[in-house]
Amino acid sequence: MKEYKTIARIAGPLVFVKNTDPTPYGDLVKITMPNGEVKNGQVLDTSDEMVIVQVFEGTSGIDRNSKIRFLGENIKLGVSKDLLGRILSGAGKPIDGGSALIPEKRLDINGAAINPYSRESPKDFIQTGISTIDAMNTLVRGQKLPIFSGSGLPHNEIALQIARQAKVVGQESNFVVVFAAMGITNEEAQYFIKDFEETGALQRSVVFLNLADDPAVERLVTPRMALTAAEYLAYEQNMHVLVILTDMTNYCESLREIGAAREEVPGRRGYPGYMYTDLSTIYERAGLIKGKKGSVTQLPILTMVGDDITHPIPDLTGYITEGQITLSRELHRKNIYPPINVLPSLSRLMNSGIGKGKTRDDHKNNSDQMYANYAEGVDLRGLVAIVGEDALSVRDKKLLKFAQEFEDKFVRQGKQENRSINKTLDIGWDLFTMFEKRELTRISPELRDRYFKGKE
Amino acid sequence: MKKNNEKTNSIPEQKSAQRKKPISVGKLYRIAGPVVVAVGLDARMYDVVRVGNERLMGEVIQIDKEKTVIQVYEDTTGIRPGEPVENTGEQLSVELGPGLLTSIYDGIQRPLPVLEKQMGSFIQRGVDAPGLDHNKKWDFKPVKKKGDTVKAGEVIGLVEETPGFTHKIMLPPSINEGRITQINEGKFTVTETICVLDNKQTVTMAQRWPVRKPRPVRKKLPPTAPLITGQRIFDVLFPVAKGGTAAIPGPFGAGKTVSQQQLAKWSDADIIVYVGCGERGNEMTEVLTEFPHLKDPKSGRPLMNRTVLIANTSNMPVAAREASVYTGATIAEYFRDMGYDVAMMADSTSRWAEAMREISSRLEEMPGEEGYPAYLSTRLAEFYERASQVIPLSAPAKIKMKDAHKDAKTAKESKQTSKELDKEKGQERKGETGSVTIIGAVSPPGGDFSEPVTQSTLRVTKTFWALDAKLAQRRHFPAINWLNSYSLYLNTLEPWFANKVGSDWRPLVNQMMSILQEEEKLMEIVQLVGSDSLPARQQLILEVARLIREFLLQQNAYHEIDTYCPLEKSRMIMKTILHFNTLGNAALDQGARIKDILALKSKDKIADAKFNKEYEKILKNAQKEMDDEFQKIK
Repeated sequence: MKEYKTIARIAGPLVFVKNTDPTPYGDLVKITMPNGEVKNGQVLDTSDEMVIVQVFEGTSGIDRNSKIRFLGENIKLGVSKDLLGRILSGAGKPIDGGSALIPEKRLDINGAAINPYSRESPKDFIQTGISTIDAMNTLVRGQKLPIFSGSGLPHNEIALQIARQAKVVGQESNFVVVFAAMGITNEEAQYFIKDFEETGALQRSVVFLNLADDPAVERLVTPRMALTAAEYLAYEQNMHVLVILTDMTNYCESLREIGAAREEVPGRRGYPGYMYTDLSTIYERAGLIKGKKGSVTQLPILTMVGDDITHPIPDLTGYITEGQITLSRELHRKNIYPPINVLPSLSRLMNSGIGKGKTRDDHKNNSDQMYANYAEGVDLRGLVAIVGEDALSVRDKKLLKFAQEFEDKFVRQGKQENRSINKTLDIGWDLFTMFEKRELTRISPELRDRYFKGKE
Repeated sequence: MKKNNEKTNSIPEQKSAQRKKPISVGKLYRIAGPVVVAVGLDARMYDVVRVGNERLMGEVIQIDKEKTVIQVYEDTTGIRPGEPVENTGEQLSVELGPGLLTSIYDGIQRPLPVLEKQMGSFIQRGVDAPGLDHNKKWDFKPVKKKGDTVKAGEVIGLVEETPGFTHKIMLPPSINEGRITQINEGKFTVTETICVLDNKQTVTMAQRWPVRKPRPVRKKLPPTAPLITGQRIFDVLFPVAKGGTAAIPGPFGAGKTVSQQQLAKWSDADIIVYVGCGERGNEMTEVLTEFPHLKDPKSGRPLMNRTVLIANTSNMPVAAREASVYTGATIAEYFRDMGYDVAMMADSTSRWAEAMREISSRLEEMPGEEGYPAYLSTRLAEFYERASQVIPLSAPAKIKMKDAHKDAKTAKESKQTSKELDKEKGQERKGETGSVTIIGAVSPPGGDFSEPVTQSTLRVTKTFWALDAKLAQRRHFPAINWLNSYSLYLNTLEPWFANKVGSDWRPLVNQMMSILQEEEKLMEIVQLVGSDSLPARQQLILEVARLIREFLLQQNAYHEIDTYCPLEKSRMIMKTILHFNTLGNAALDQGARIKDILALKSKDKIADAKFNKEYEKILKNAQKEMDDEFQKIK
């Protein structure tokens, strides 16, 4: 394989190489520095005159005399069933001190788009044991449901609780977890791994770690590595895979960094104009495929910059994913765990996963009623601040009380508390007893008759 | 734009199967993502080219000295400089003919089921597939005979494409007038000759048309009839006309896609073209699995039978996403030309605009607002301009051009009366006019309507359905904000509603609107002092407004009966609510206490009508009960 020593320019994470043979777009690159150290990169732009290489480990130490080698293939991950139980670096190399992986095959980490015609509609209810998710924002197998969080909020605990408790009711096979950390601190990573080890979940997990002090460019590869492993386990090994990606905000920051280094025209807040497309090539790698037994369910976590949901990262994510679980600083301050604010949360696939035969016939109506009452109750808090509670009508007072009890009894639960869907829905009916039956306008008359426990 | 250069004639037999000789061959110079540069290529703007050894499909988007810039519809990983680029000399075109209905295509009209067969569940590249099935035989029944003189756009025969749907085989618009020397009846594929003219032109059932060029019509007409959607808030407050345009902007989670799908399901159009442009894969799957099981409320046949789906999900190549809305518009126009009413949904035009931005930034063009290219609003306007009601080329010649030239009103009335007559006879005469209605979803970043795509869209669309995240959060669906939305078709459509539904329609609608507006004003006071301290009459307005919001505006898309609401039902609900209003005001006049009025139970009975087929009985009973209850409290 030919080696070049024709570096013309080095800027940020990019190396410009001139006078090469025709080089394929997307090619993997090895850069050998004079001290023998080797770095990896990828071709971003190729022409007869100049090839632009993006270096994953950062360009520090590369000089004009470094040697460039084009490998003639794009980035691949070696996969096999032995991936389970292993901890890998963000670039896919084992870092747990275990034996080397013997890959069954090597897969292109960019994957390919699933033919929409080949997809199957997700419809299997996943019970996470968390009421606000199960009843109000139901997760189904094959969905991509992100957690919109903020710095300092317990998103990691929630993600772990979901990973621990998630199951499809009536089915034995539990989820295999593929965990990809992007730019999180060593401490956070330890927290995850410790929890995996303690609960024995590590045996059923593949962990990819790109920590805060790892090169930023590597972050662009990590989620794709993880999803390639997930797709292999799901579609070729028939497993149900839950992919946790944390923290997507760090991923997007890296994307911006590369864009700036390439001197691209920036879009909103400096993020590249193609960020939507780029994110979609990650998030869309979830789902079910006709004729395949496994599935990929995604649970990306992102921290909203300044708790702003209109910031480009949560905004573009929300447009691609099938809903979002939104955490609230206000609830967190009230010491409510999990601090999930159901109002801005949503699960788009909820309706296909709930109802008779899947969860319970009253599920939809029940959650609609809770939503409506809670929303009104929260609105009234603003009014109470001005006019005082005495000025409210009887109905408004009830709604105010409902909002309070909803947060206390329904939202609040223990970190180890695994509520069944029946239990969750029953809590809803318990809360409704403060209303008269006819006030429950979102619930159909038959269901009201069957489940309502309060006075007529 | 150059005319008559494109080969838009019928597809000659077999020819499409064999590879045409390229007009010019160049070689690749630079590759950077979906945009590549070739040198030594002789090409016109928007010519389709084949890139690299794998012959990936691309389109010329810029010519700069000896360099030709090409956007590639497939992933370019692994392509290297020096590989060949061939110019086909053809513009990006779609195949039109029997077999379009029930199909699902990607953005450049490759059938996804065929792609699945050829390359499995994941979309690989370098695979070519014709838009129509070239092997399937269709039963062709000529309506012209030997010796007839025919011209471009004229219908020469019929094919029953899906049960109950007649596909009219038209001469391609580019054909010259001639006399039929041969016309065949029987089973043919879309590429077999069915008709020969005396000027040596042969005609097949399939024809090609470049997607970026609107198909010609005889005359564009102003819209006259509403697109009945079965969704109360649209039909009642903010109707869109057949041949009109509408925009649904909204932040994520506000229900854009559900609204679009509801429109696709229940609109009274003959044909639905649904373009999933840069959206979620699972959503397209939902449409695919759901539509075959849903029945058209008019014909009782599966909705899929009248639907063409175009799915270019967000992770499929961005250049094909850019093309997808044009592909959709061209297919819609083709059915319009047969004299049908077509509704096209584009979900979402923001993704399309972003595709444009992405390509533009790779071309290093000077960016306009928020990085979008300066030609964004021109492109959007051109696209929405493809919606309209028209007299197609295929219309019977007996419609005199004189009529068409008369002012809008006459055309409107004459169409209505003739249609009404036909309906009475039990058969609807179609074919004199056709229409394309375009309903575009817009996904503004952060739900901020002041961004360029929303603003450019609002300048050209006439109906604006503003989705509101606040409403969605309290599960008020469809989450259309009734104060921000508008329809500029209200006056145009008034005669239609007066004729077809009842002369009281518009007054009823106006009363609904004014009560809702009144409520908004009062809410500001309520926010400060609470509702109990308002005067009785204003408390009554608040209650009536609540009835309107809950029983008229809210609609459950997932309830089998509430999902579709006939106009008559909307009218009765409005009348019942106003009945309560009238009685309430009268009772207040006679000194009744507002508390007693608000405690009445009959008004909540209206809710039951939403979920019941026998709404007439329920609403009449509710009105009667209201009468009784008000008697008691006097």
